[in-house]
Amino acid sequence: MRQYLPFFGKYRKALILAPALVILDVLCEIVQPELMSKIVDNGVGQKSMSYILHTGGIMLGLSLVAITANIGNIYYSSHASVGFAAELRKGLYNKILKFSFSNLDRLSSASLVTRMTNDINILQDVTMMSLRLLIRAPLMLLFAVIIAVRINAGLASIIGVAIPVLGVSIYLILRKGLPFFEKVQKKLDKVNVVIQENLVNVRVVKSFVREDFEVKKFACTNDELREMSVKASGTVVLIMPVMQLVMNLSIVAIVWFGGNKIISGSFQVGQLMSFITYITQILMSLMMLSMTIMSFSRAGASVQRTTEVLKAKVDIIDSPAAVNEDLHVTRGKIEFEKVFFKYHADGSEFVLRNISFTVLPGETAAIIGATGSSKSTLVQLIPRLYDVTLGRVLVDDRDVRDYPVKNLRSAANLVIQQNELFSGSIRDNLKWGNVTATEKEIIAASRDAQAHDFIMTLPRQYDTVLGQGGVNLSGGQKQRICIARAILGRPVILILDDSTSAVDVATEAAMRQSFRNHLAGTTVLIIAQRISSIQAADKIILVDNGEIAGIGRHDELMKNCMIYREIYLSQQLQKGTAG
Amino acid sequence: MNTAAGNKTRLMPAALPGRRGRISDEKPKKPGRVILRLWSYLKRQRFMLIIIFILMLINTGSTMTGAYLLRPIINNYIIPHNIRGLVEMIGLLAGIYISGSIAAIFQNRLMIRVAQKTVFIIRAELFAKLQALPLKYFDSHSHGELMSRFTNDVDTISDSLNTSVLQLFISTISVTGIFILMLCISPLLTMVTLAVVSLMFWVAGRIIKKSRMFFTNQQNAMGTMNGYVEEMITGQKVVTVFCYEQTAAGNFEKINYDLRDKATGAQLFSGIMMPVMQNLNTINFAITATVGGLLAIFSGLDLGGLAAFLQYTRQFGRPVNEISNQYNSLQEALAGAERIFQVMDEIPEKADLPGATALTNTRGNVAFNEVVFGYDPDTVILKKISFSVKQGQKIALVGSTGAGKTTILNLLSRFYDVQSGSITIDGADIRNLQRSSLRRSVAIVLQDTHLFTATVMENIRYGRLEASDEEVIAASTLAGAHSFIQRLPKGYQTRLENDGGNLSQGQRQLLNISRATIANPSMMIMDEATSSIDTRTEQIIQKGMDHLMAGRTSFVIAHRLSTVHNADEIMVLEHGEIVERGSHSDLLKLKGRYYDLYTGQFD
Repeated sequence: MRQYLPFFGKYRKALILAPALVILDVLCEIVQPELMSKIVDNGVGQKSMSYILHTGGIMLGLSLVAITANIGNIYYSSHASVGFAAELRKGLYNKILKFSFSNLDRLSSASLVTRMTNDINILQDVTMMSLRLLIRAPLMLLFAVIIAVRINAGLASIIGVAIPVLGVSIYLILRKGLPFFEKVQKKLDKVNVVIQENLVNVRVVKSFVREDFEVKKFACTNDELREMSVKASGTVVLIMPVMQLVMNLSIVAIVWFGGNKIISGSFQVGQLMSFITYITQILMSLMMLSMTIMSFSRAGASVQRTTEVLKAKVDIIDSPAAVNEDLHVTRGKIEFEKVFFKYHADGSEFVLRNISFTVLPGETAAIIGATGSSKSTLVQLIPRLYDVTLGRVLVDDRDVRDYPVKNLRSAANLVIQQNELFSGSIRDNLKWGNVTATEKEIIAASRDAQAHDFIMTLPRQYDTVLGQGGVNLSGGQKQRICIARAILGRPVILILDDSTSAVDVATEAAMRQSFRNHLAGTTVLIIAQRISSIQAADKIILVDNGEIAGIGRHDELMKNCMIYREIYLSQQLQKGTAG
Repeated sequence: MNTAAGNKTRLMPAALPGRRGRISDEKPKKPGRVILRLWSYLKRQRFMLIIIFILMLINTGSTMTGAYLLRPIINNYIIPHNIRGLVEMIGLLAGIYISGSIAAIFQNRLMIRVAQKTVFIIRAELFAKLQALPLKYFDSHSHGELMSRFTNDVDTISDSLNTSVLQLFISTISVTGIFILMLCISPLLTMVTLAVVSLMFWVAGRIIKKSRMFFTNQQNAMGTMNGYVEEMITGQKVVTVFCYEQTAAGNFEKINYDLRDKATGAQLFSGIMMPVMQNLNTINFAITATVGGLLAIFSGLDLGGLAAFLQYTRQFGRPVNEISNQYNSLQEALAGAERIFQVMDEIPEKADLPGATALTNTRGNVAFNEVVFGYDPDTVILKKISFSVKQGQKIALVGSTGAGKTTILNLLSRFYDVQSGSITIDGADIRNLQRSSLRRSVAIVLQDTHLFTATVMENIRYGRLEASDEEVIAASTLAGAHSFIQRLPKGYQTRLENDGGNLSQGQRQLLNISRATIANPSMMIMDEATSSIDTRTEQIIQKGMDHLMAGRTSFVIAHRLSTVHNADEIMVLEHGEIVERGSHSDLLKLKGRYYDLYTGQFD
């Protein structure tokens, strides 16, 4: 819990004032029934109007103080809880921004989003509650019991019976009911899975004419959900009637014993009335308390999930030496020196084994290999998106770990497979590559990536807004914008990870041509599926199952490497059939 | 776990604390009509509802009489010292309370049954409706939107049927009953209470009105925040690659503090409601006690009456509070119900024409005659496409994205109907065929490979439910999936979850092909079905497919030349027209668009 305290920092005042005001509210509130009993017993009993007015005035005054205190409490507790949530959200996001790829792989982005939204909202609610109910309910309970004992200790023993009875009943009901709710959640998940799957699979369902089958399947899960919900809610719903019963029976007991005492002369009617009010208050507070605790236990999961993010260890950070030296990449030479890599330190198998090769400044190198042969991982080692497990990756003859991450990454631009564009105009998106880019540079980069022509056909050209509410681009068009974005950064090293898979061959060829003309000094690394995309590379690296199976120019590999030849043949069949 | 928030509201009966005083600005557009329609569901359990109503009367009645009995008990037995009478009255009081609580228990439990049954029916009907909707509907509505009909909207209905509806009734009856009893005890004191309660209503109204505004602001700010978080975290890898962290953090900061300011307002106003109502209730108590005391001196109000009255003022505040609370959640539920009914009222896939015939013994002669089509009537995708395919031919469709390849296949399976022109299979217009028989004879393998949560075996069997295990294995062998399936932890019995998350895209495509293979269709459509399978494996599959489809018609859409080169006929589509057609070698010789597309020898 300690690591959450700093997030309250700015709101310390609110954090102290809110509970203080609750206490004031409780104090003003709790004496009301007792004052009332004085009105009845003393005022009415002695027929003293001034006494009644005086006491009534005090009651009213205290209520007004209470309402002010309450409003103040809400004011401060909303400030504290919402502020805390905002700071926590910021803390979480700043942490996520520091995450390395392996952090991101471990905590999926969907779950990070939930943590940043849902979980924080829950924590905000819980904080709000702690600053009010969690303090108010026990205080009310405590004070009411004290006053009740003071009025009549004998009668107060009824409270001693009622509290445990109610407490135990609530406990039993919840103990029976809460596990049902977990099951409800599971059934609900199942129902949602079926619906979700039917939505994404709508074409499959329709084309196999499985509508009735699906409806039947759904009926089962739906009915299971219904049954479990009835069980769960049916149990928890007992709480209110049971509570009412305990409360009413206590009143009955008070009337009986209190009535007897009045008859024997040791008790007064007004006291009886206030006693009834106190016991009502006591039991209500007990209810509130148990409900508050219940929602707290639910928040436990959220706390755990945010703590996990806050405590996550970020593995890729600048070493102090790197910061001092402030090296920059200038030439773009890449060298892998006996590199081994696995995703988890305790994982059994290396996904890259004994990788060694060199790419000289200005060269174009290509990496080819079947899916799942860890080509993407290999190139991601260059801008230090992952760190090697063994061996070294060198850029300009220096270990990549010697560079400040920022210098390294802004020199080695990678177009990753998940081509993410962000909402905003095309120009905004391109500028990610270089915030200060001029219009001319933007157009030049787009031309090189073969994106300029289609962008000019869009309704608002470079100002066209992408994503929700804007224009949706085809896969190939997105890829070209992503490439332009990377080029705009004037990288020393440009890495394209299967970035042209949706671009047709003709366009791709044109792109290669303009790279040759305009990016002559840039070292280019291309991962591709099509041999036609890489045939002209200075160096082709064939990766198979995590190891290098061949290195060389196209013609060399054709001669020496069986796997390469097979890949080539499977793609170049037209030469055979067409002659 | 991420539904914890939703769960919380569900767990807590609305009358309890902790339930976030949600005040939303959602309102049904036509509440009357929605209520009537909801009633048509509830009505099916009319008998239960009548019982619930009776139990409810017993329950509320007992609470009110119980409190009222205080008056005679004090006046007639305690003050005159009548112990025997007191015993009887205490017995009566206990009896009334106990029966009231028993009634409450049954009433609550029965209501939950009714509510869950109703929700069950609504969910089932909505799901069935989804199955009946045309593809067009799914193409124009996001999955998230449809999911939220099932989750959020059904949930709010469930919540409010579980508690709100009943509470609203109980509260209304209580308020009326208590009011009458108060009048009986002392009209003057009642006026005092009434004045304070009116004040409460007025304040509540003000707060709700104010908080609506704050909530809308908060909702918007929250939307911006969620959108930003979702987008940036999903794209975090790109953020890392471009060293965009500082800018991202800066933007976030702005959005975050904006949300904080708006949310503080919303929290303040929604949080203030309950405590203020409580305090007003206390004020009411104070005034009533004072005025009641004075009345006891000057106009002879009896002490028992005052005791009962004070008890009532405590009880009165709660239902008043409840009503405004429940009213809100009821409005939300009605708005949700309205959205659900909107989906239910969508036009389903057109029924088969009267006299539609079943497609049996399909030979597979397909013809498109001057077909014109656009998803949106104003933008034409296919411009008078005509071609015919003979039984047993393998046809490849190529062309750039958006040229209309997939559209042709959508029309052939009648996912959409042509705007003009016609499509015939074996000479019969497909609009005159039973849709289910048409789809059964055409198997489709798509590029997007979504799987069901079930075993591998069941996923493949989806193609033909009655297929034996041996047939499944045979089909997957033919489709080239057998060897990798065997290597899975539990082979064919491996359970796939999360859309087959642990399989590679290529493996999922192999499963899809197996599924289509086992259906043993008369015609097959493969839409980029092997795009993620490496070219070497693809060759193996193709041999299997060629064997399977010998003598049957098949359509193939692919980017890769190796996938299409051995087709009997290749059609090149550009901008909704067929620009070239012929065999691979013919088209290469032509040195036209096909040549350009697939040789890439631009320079």
